[in-house]
Amino acid sequence: MTDTAAAAAGARPDGQRLPRLFPEAGDASLGAHQARHGALPVPGEALIAQVEAAGLRGRGGAGFPTAVKLAAVAGRRGRSVVVANGTEGEPASTKDKTLLALAPHLVLDGATLAAEAVGARRVILCVERSRLDTTAAIVAAVDERRAAGLERVEIEIQGAPDRYVAGEESALVHWLNGGEAKPTFVPPRPFEKGVGGRPTLVDNVETLAHLGLIGRYGPAWYRQLGTAEDPGSTLLTVSGGVPRGGVYEVAAGSTLAAVLDGAGGAAPDLEAVLIGGYFGTWVPAGALASLTIGADSLRRAGSSLGCGVIFALPTNACGLQESALVARWLAGENAGQCGPCVFGLDSLASALEAMVQGGWAAGAANDRVQSLMRQIAGRGACKHPDGAVRFVQSTLRVFATEIARHAQYGPCGAEQGFLPTPRPGGWR
Amino acid sequence: MSLRIVVNPITCEAHGLCHELFPERIALDEWGYPIVDGEPIPAGLEEHARRAAAACPTLALLLVDDASG
Repeated sequence: MTDTAAAAAGARPDGQRLPRLFPEAGDASLGAHQARHGALPVPGEALIAQVEAAGLRGRGGAGFPTAVKLAAVAGRRGRSVVVANGTEGEPASTKDKTLLALAPHLVLDGATLAAEAVGARRVILCVERSRLDTTAAIVAAVDERRAAGLERVEIEIQGAPDRYVAGEESALVHWLNGGEAKPTFVPPRPFEKGVGGRPTLVDNVETLAHLGLIGRYGPAWYRQLGTAEDPGSTLLTVSGGVPRGGVYEVAAGSTLAAVLDGAGGAAPDLEAVLIGGYFGTWVPAGALASLTIGADSLRRAGSSLGCGVIFALPTNACGLQESALVARWLAGENAGQCGPCVFGLDSLASALEAMVQGGWAAGAANDRVQSLMRQIAGRGACKHPDGAVRFVQSTLRVFATEIARHAQYGPCGAEQGFLPTPRPGGWR
Repeated sequence: MSLRIVVNPITCEAHGLCHELFPERIALDEWGYPIVDGEPIPAGLEEHARRAAAACPTLALLLVDDASG
């Protein structure tokens, strides 16, 4: 035991060094993982206090404090279940898929520690069904652990439907229980009544990977990177008008400018950046200088990091046109359940399309959008309509010049489709 | 005791009876779905709220009692 502890202590990486989550040599094997991180300790329920001290927040988009979620599930009666959410339905995000392919064992470590902390024996890891490469990587990792006798909890892999809202926690639980992958009316929330009616912890896979590090090296180590409010590192998917788009692990608190520079730098005439994905917000380039990757900084700019998408609008793209395409896609991704979302998002997309077309219809479109947004926000069972409203609000704010130009001269003829709008899958 | 109106937007089918019975606190959007403000219902209006909830054909209108948690 002391040997193992010594090995673990000897393997403790420099807390200020990146990458933390990704293997430095790109070796995803169990051997490389153990050589770097040593054996996995057994903190049990003590993990919850460590996670709280580390200040970890969920990385799936909502940014909810992870320790609160852990404690809520641990406090319920009966055997609980852990769902590791790697569905990543956000089209512009690839960080979870990349993490699962490059550091599957860190995610599985985190899932194991989370399960032991909340009294679960079973972990269900969900990935998008169409991502066969991601599934293969994680299956191989689970097999490696099993062969090495390191599987402390039962780990099961499920391919979830490729739909935007399927990764919402109540939707995922509903699907695991045999229903369609559509959000349900809450309460009861998954922590009260989840998979098989059991208290269920649903955590994003990046969140679990961080948790795997906190369980090993403790909160003080974890806080050696980042800021007091936003500790640790975070994964970002940087894309659009940058030379080296991809997934980056950065220290929380890094400036947006540094993030874009890290991806090769955006064009000098960059107009805007989409932060947080399709439930996120456009931020004008002029505001980027003062922004950092942190909840407070982004909130002041009316934005939030969401799932870590940073999309620099290419200079040959039109922000209004791209946004109209995304709004139409979001309308198509409603679950067909809540009236205000079904009718509202369709009308919202139509209004943006009228703005793109310009002419006499565009003048009325602005008032129409304002009226629609008031009728849609906060009126769904999930936050899908709210996210669409936030996205469109920022579109109107940031691309006012384009909107006026389209109203006067009609469609600009810019190349389109820079933001991905994948074809939807089924619901089961 | 303080009652609030909550709509289950999944089961709601926009019949609109709730608005007919309790227009003081339930408006309809342009598609006929109820808009509620989530504020506590004053004691004098509770009976109206109960009638609206009871009349909903899909049982989508819920009265939540915050005091009893």
